[in-house]
Amino acid sequence: MPQIPVIKDIMSANDQLASAVRQQLDAAGTLALNIMASPGAGKTSILTRTVDGLKDEFNLAALDGDVVMVDVEKIAQTGIQVALVNTGGNCHLDANMVHAALPSLDLTGVDLLLVENVGNLICPAAFELGTHYNVVIASVAEGDDKPYKYPAMYRGADVLILNKIDMLHYQDFNMDYFRHGVEVLNPGVSFLPLSAKTGEGVDAWLDWVRSAIIQKRGR
Amino acid sequence: MHELGITQNLLKLALQYAEPAGATKITGLYLVIGELSSVMDDSVQFYWDFVSRDTLAAGATLHFERVRATFECQECQTVFGRNEHYICPACGSRRVRIASGEEFYLKSIEVEE
Repeated sequence: MPQIPVIKDIMSANDQLASAVRQQLDAAGTLALNIMASPGAGKTSILTRTVDGLKDEFNLAALDGDVVMVDVEKIAQTGIQVALVNTGGNCHLDANMVHAALPSLDLTGVDLLLVENVGNLICPAAFELGTHYNVVIASVAEGDDKPYKYPAMYRGADVLILNKIDMLHYQDFNMDYFRHGVEVLNPGVSFLPLSAKTGEGVDAWLDWVRSAIIQKRGR
Repeated sequence: MHELGITQNLLKLALQYAEPAGATKITGLYLVIGELSSVMDDSVQFYWDFVSRDTLAAGATLHFERVRATFECQECQTVFGRNEHYICPACGSRRVRIASGEEFYLKSIEVEE
């Protein structure tokens, strides 16, 4: 029987839609971050910290991938534009969902779009969304072995936040072991330890976002 | 369960290549999947039977070529399998890098004309 050679990434249909999302973002001059983490790592807390820290300087918006409105309401309280991407119980966002949700936001003048992915360390790693950077949030409470268990997620990160560093005293978290796993998978990735609760380290994260927005404007 | 989304992508890609070639049926798909891509063969197969129904690819056999995750030591160049410390078993160096296991592509499809 005839064989037709393909040799193409299995996700190419998703990636085409991701390019369409990227074009819309670029046309609007909006920088978008795909925020990924396990459930309870602190995605929403960091998102609200980010909004509080930057809303006086920049115009911000958020997309929240979830099944319920709880987090959307928390984000809405910060006063920024936010829309729910209803994942219908799905374990990840994909480019198609983001593409469908974008028209519910007015991106005119929006400098930064924060896309909160579904809490999961496996599935979201497989789907490009068209966002500019992947932000992965780990947390001390999850333990130091996650880079060894979920390599794909750590491999794809452009920035790695380690949240809940206020818990380091209460937890057997071997920082050296954690960082070694990260370094092997993703040499030189920006690493930002912080506590969304106490605010320690948050300024370094805000500085990273500021410079990414400014760099995007410059292009 | 992200295999459902992956399987839908796989079907689109296969049809994209089969239709212009004038194929009347897709009988097989040859996939190359690395260990680090966290995809379960059984799960893709399970969803495949649903998503391919009523298409050219209905009933096609999925052939999985799995690629083991390997790491290469930057000091002594030993290539070794995944371990829980990412440390070279030969010389103990921590300077190791991923050498394989991230493959995730459709190599070819088998069709009837």
